[in-house]
Amino acid sequence: MALLEVNQLTKQFGKHSKALSDVNFSVQEGEFVTIIGPSGAGKSTLLRCINRMIDATGGEIRFQDKSVLNLKKKELKQVRTKIGMIFQHYNLVNRLSVIENTLHGKLGTKSTMAGVLGLYSQEEKQQAVRILNVLGLKEMIYKRADQLSGGQKQRVGIARALIQNPRMLLCDEPIASLDPNSAKVIMDHLKKISTTMGITVIVNLHQVDVAIKYSDRIIGINSGQVVYNGPAENMTPEDIQRIYGSEADELIFDIGGIHAG
Amino acid sequence: MEVKGQLNNVSAPAEHLLEERIKIKPANKAAIVIGLTLTVLSLLTVYAFYSFDYKEFDMTEALIATFANLKVIFLEPHLEHFSFGHALYQVLVTLGLAFLTTLFGAVVAVFFGLLAAENLSSKRVSMIIKGMVAFIRAVPTVLWVLIFAVAAGLGSTAAVIGMTFHSIGYLIKAYSESFEELDRGVIEALQASGANWWQIVFQAVIPSSITYMISWTFLRFEINFAVAVAMGAAAGAGGIGYDMFMASSFYLDMREIGAITYFILAVAIILELFAIRIKNKLKAA
Amino acid sequence: MQADIFAKKQRNTLVFLVLLGSVTFLAMIMTDYNAVKGITSVPKAVQWGLANFYPTAESLEKLPAILEKLQETLLVSIAATTVAAVFALLFAILGSNTTRVNAFFGAITRGIAAVFRNIDVAAWALILLFSFGQSSLTGYFALFFGSFGFLTRAFTETIDEVSGGSVEALKATGAGYFSIIFQSVIPSCISPLISWILFMIETNIRSATLIGLLTGSGIGFTFNLYYKSLNYDIASLVVVVIIAAILCIEYVSNYVRRVIL
Repeated sequence: MALLEVNQLTKQFGKHSKALSDVNFSVQEGEFVTIIGPSGAGKSTLLRCINRMIDATGGEIRFQDKSVLNLKKKELKQVRTKIGMIFQHYNLVNRLSVIENTLHGKLGTKSTMAGVLGLYSQEEKQQAVRILNVLGLKEMIYKRADQLSGGQKQRVGIARALIQNPRMLLCDEPIASLDPNSAKVIMDHLKKISTTMGITVIVNLHQVDVAIKYSDRIIGINSGQVVYNGPAENMTPEDIQRIYGSEADELIFDIGGIHAG
Repeated sequence: MEVKGQLNNVSAPAEHLLEERIKIKPANKAAIVIGLTLTVLSLLTVYAFYSFDYKEFDMTEALIATFANLKVIFLEPHLEHFSFGHALYQVLVTLGLAFLTTLFGAVVAVFFGLLAAENLSSKRVSMIIKGMVAFIRAVPTVLWVLIFAVAAGLGSTAAVIGMTFHSIGYLIKAYSESFEELDRGVIEALQASGANWWQIVFQAVIPSSITYMISWTFLRFEINFAVAVAMGAAAGAGGIGYDMFMASSFYLDMREIGAITYFILAVAIILELFAIRIKNKLKAA
Repeated sequence: MQADIFAKKQRNTLVFLVLLGSVTFLAMIMTDYNAVKGITSVPKAVQWGLANFYPTAESLEKLPAILEKLQETLLVSIAATTVAAVFALLFAILGSNTTRVNAFFGAITRGIAAVFRNIDVAAWALILLFSFGQSSLTGYFALFFGSFGFLTRAFTETIDEVSGGSVEALKATGAGYFSIIFQSVIPSCISPLISWILFMIETNIRSATLIGLLTGSGIGFTFNLYYKSLNYDIASLVVVVIIAAILCIEYVSNYVRRVIL
């Protein structure tokens, strides 16, 4: 059974601009899926519709065989605690310590009072320390988030998502603001999370080469429509042409190199 | 749970952290100062309420009376002692006071702003000017006006001169900061070509900062309108502020106060809308 | 072509100067401003100041009484600011685009703040004279209303600028509204908020002098008393005390800003 099913999803901003139209796909448990497409194609909107950071206009989204779009506030929060999210700009609270930012992933399971006061159990703190260790941030635990490099900030973002014990991670352009070395570290961590922990990972990317290297499956989007959905290794230059349109020329050159290698 | 299982397998190098109680809020200087500031302000506030001279006021009664008054003022505005045309004219007078103040302030501030910009003058001169600005700002506007009133007589002349001081201080800061943003290389290039100080100022510095200068000047004009209303009420500057003072202190006419307040509010909101557009433009630039 | 551009530029400058000149002339006539008197008043004021406007040994006898009034003014300014800040924070959270409950409520909140902000404290003082008469309470409430309007706008802008990203991240983890406010919005905004509060206190001390003149209380009233009775030595002592107080407070708040920002 699929973990996530998206059926005939549409999203309209205002009267005329259609961000997504008739999007269909499903994602299996433990799969590593990448969504690629030119900027403005609707990748970010699609990702945010899944955990309803943006409300879709029509269609159906099923997560763990439960429809997401009609959930009440409380049930929606419940679903969100099972889905971790990672952002291009990390979205940390800059003035708080690394461990506090990590523990923020637990707020969804807390009572209002405990959440307001920031009360975490010793067990939760230990879990946070363990996760930060795995991500190589042992020395940074008490550093303020704004003292970290971009790559380190993104790893804190991943830690915040992992402490939720999620079934699925949504990553919105996680490496778009990083240098190539940090980008590789982040992508390696995400891949490892998917293979060793069995967590489903959905990543928005604009680098085709990275997508091909890491993903089990690629979904290509152009103007709010799915134009490719299949294994990474089956992708042809024609597919890329269809996804990226006129932007494709320079990209195809890169891919040629990768396939040859 | 799966995640936890996976993570437990990792031999934790930071084992010592796991044994003792983990603190999550590291104490640093900033956090301490923030806490201290908030505590001191709260204590002073409590003490202030304790030490107020409430005279014979029954607070609840006074607050109820205030709401009743505010209702009359804002819901039943009415001009009694002068006409609509007169009020409009007085608003223009207040705008005129603000305009003159801003203009004089700007002219003086351009000159001192150049001296206060470290890249155009020396560090010492800049320090002296900035010290003067701090002094000017430490004396409330109304005192500047009243001090000049002794020399020039109470009226619009003393008011404009007195109000100009804070405008000068504000604009020197704004201008000199935008002058300082000018690339060192540009000044060097002109110096290398043999241009003198005044030529550099008029050919490079002012042309490249002029949009900023105009924006900041308008923002000051918005402030000066409010200042001019206040000086009309408190220091004989004339304009709508004086009418408001008369309505409040002599005619004791709440409805008229309401009408005048609406006049001031309308102008202030129009000016603010302009100011917001200007600020957005400054941010975008 | 080139000559044209220069000619056009010159013409524009000329038009601008003529326009500026005529508006200035008009403003001078309307406001009854006397240019000659204005210019000559500056050296005259300096001359007069040097001759009369300085504290003498006798005036120092009044120092304790003046300091008492100064304390009253300082306390009124601080209390008005802090209480206004509490209300302003509440309104800013309800009114900012990042944390508002819904758009309609947000617009109303911002509208209320705009009205309070655009009525000057002097105008508030004249309005409130009807209820509280000649007492420091009039000054207190005038400063309170003015500060409330100003701080609401400053806080709203701060919240939108600083905490957008982390609010989105915490929403995605399923955290509740109050957890988000206390774990993300307040920690990330606290330093700029304190900076605004300190700025407001400085401003209010200056305004308190003016309001004291209008409402017959505090240090403004003391100045007016000696100024009107031509006791310029004591009046100048009042000015010296005010300058010292404002410079001290600016020094302290600059120190706090340096440490926390």
